[in-house]
Amino acid sequence: MFSNQISNNTSAVVDTLKKAGQNNSDPSWIMHHVLDGKSISFEPFGTLYLPQMHLFGIDISITKHVFFIFVVALILIILALVSAKSYRKSLIPKGFANLFEIIIIFVRDEIVAPSIGKGYQIFLPYMLTLFFFILLSNLFGLIPYAASVTGNIAVTAALAGISFIATQFAGIKQHGVIKYFKNLVPSGMPGWILIIIIPLEVLGLFTKPFALCIRLFANMIAGHIVIFSLLGLIFIMHTIYVAPVSVGFALFIELLELLVALIQAYIFTMLTALFIGMSMHSEH
Amino acid sequence: MLTLFTFIVLAAEQESGGSLIDVNPGVIFWTVVTFIFLMLVLKKFAWKPILTALDQRESAIKESLEKAEKAKEEAQKILDENQANLAKAEEESKKIISQSRAYAEKLKEQILLDSKAEAKKIIEEASSEIERKKDAAFDELKSQVAEIAIQAAEKILKENLDKNTQAKIVDKYIGEITKN
Repeated sequence: MFSNQISNNTSAVVDTLKKAGQNNSDPSWIMHHVLDGKSISFEPFGTLYLPQMHLFGIDISITKHVFFIFVVALILIILALVSAKSYRKSLIPKGFANLFEIIIIFVRDEIVAPSIGKGYQIFLPYMLTLFFFILLSNLFGLIPYAASVTGNIAVTAALAGISFIATQFAGIKQHGVIKYFKNLVPSGMPGWILIIIIPLEVLGLFTKPFALCIRLFANMIAGHIVIFSLLGLIFIMHTIYVAPVSVGFALFIELLELLVALIQAYIFTMLTALFIGMSMHSEH
Repeated sequence: MLTLFTFIVLAAEQESGGSLIDVNPGVIFWTVVTFIFLMLVLKKFAWKPILTALDQRESAIKESLEKAEKAKEEAQKILDENQANLAKAEEESKKIISQSRAYAEKLKEQILLDSKAEAKKIIEEASSEIERKKDAAFDELKSQVAEIAIQAAEKILKENLDKNTQAKIVDKYIGEITKN
């Protein structure tokens, strides 16, 4: 079943699939679907091989996930431009722009404005882009042949890194460099306790984006793995009679994924907004 | 599920070297580049026009609501004013009617009184005129009667007395008559 997609893939994938071919109870074939790769397979039509690139010794090849990041970005730009065009004629949008507007207003009024407070307008473009990018990426994972780029820890790490920079930028812009870092430590502490507090607070700075990164990644990958595992039961058990159960459950998880896609986009944006708000209005 | 997940991660690591938690710097690079590019493009061509339009629309809605509220207040004020005016006019008209009614009553009385007085005066005049005419007629009659009597007496006495003696006698009798 899986052996015909081996062809010229990387040796890692070859190994995985060989193993999967020999022993059906080995679940590592799933990894082929959720892991990044240098090609996109469109079974049974063929495989698309992506170009390899290197810059300063770093492998910046267009991988499967990078390809889908581009696709998501392109679709998002098209959707946003179509929506924006609708506002050019009149203040009341038509058709698709209404859906887009609902999400924009939701992000603005329910996420960004209450979390950041005064001066939230500067962060609105970033927040909107973040929300739409994550949402669209999450939803992309549900399309056959496409991959969920938010199920790649490098992608979520990059997003969390941008969120971390935005948080620091917000705090420094609000308070200035020295005052911002002073604010990190609660004032009025006895001198000896600072030895413990300072490392803790510095650690706290980094745990926030780390948690963001892991939360989104784990949530997105878990759903996919569960779906593949449920479908894999059919092949592991060598019987077609388990298929209705597997497909039923997979469908259920797929619908759950639809919900999770929305919730995770909301949570990531919400927490980023909260962190920005916290660094801007530090109570210490 | 978690155990399955761990199992898969571990299995993948053992089998292929590629793992779920392998961080590929190339992907990070492309994600950051794409995201920043996406953000800049969307900010310029989508978020800015859309958000401006939303702000404009919200302020337009707010403005028109305020305007409507103001217009409503104005209308209420005008309505109140109209009602007050109406009430005032009604009162005024009532007053005018009652006034004119009273005036008419007075006028009627006056006219009645006047006409009564006039009638009385006319009657009085008429009666006094009648009295006067009567008196005059009576006087004339008296003088005529006297004349006739004198002439008659003269005719009779002409044969008996002279005119002077007879006149004396007649005057004496006439004086008696008037005394009576």
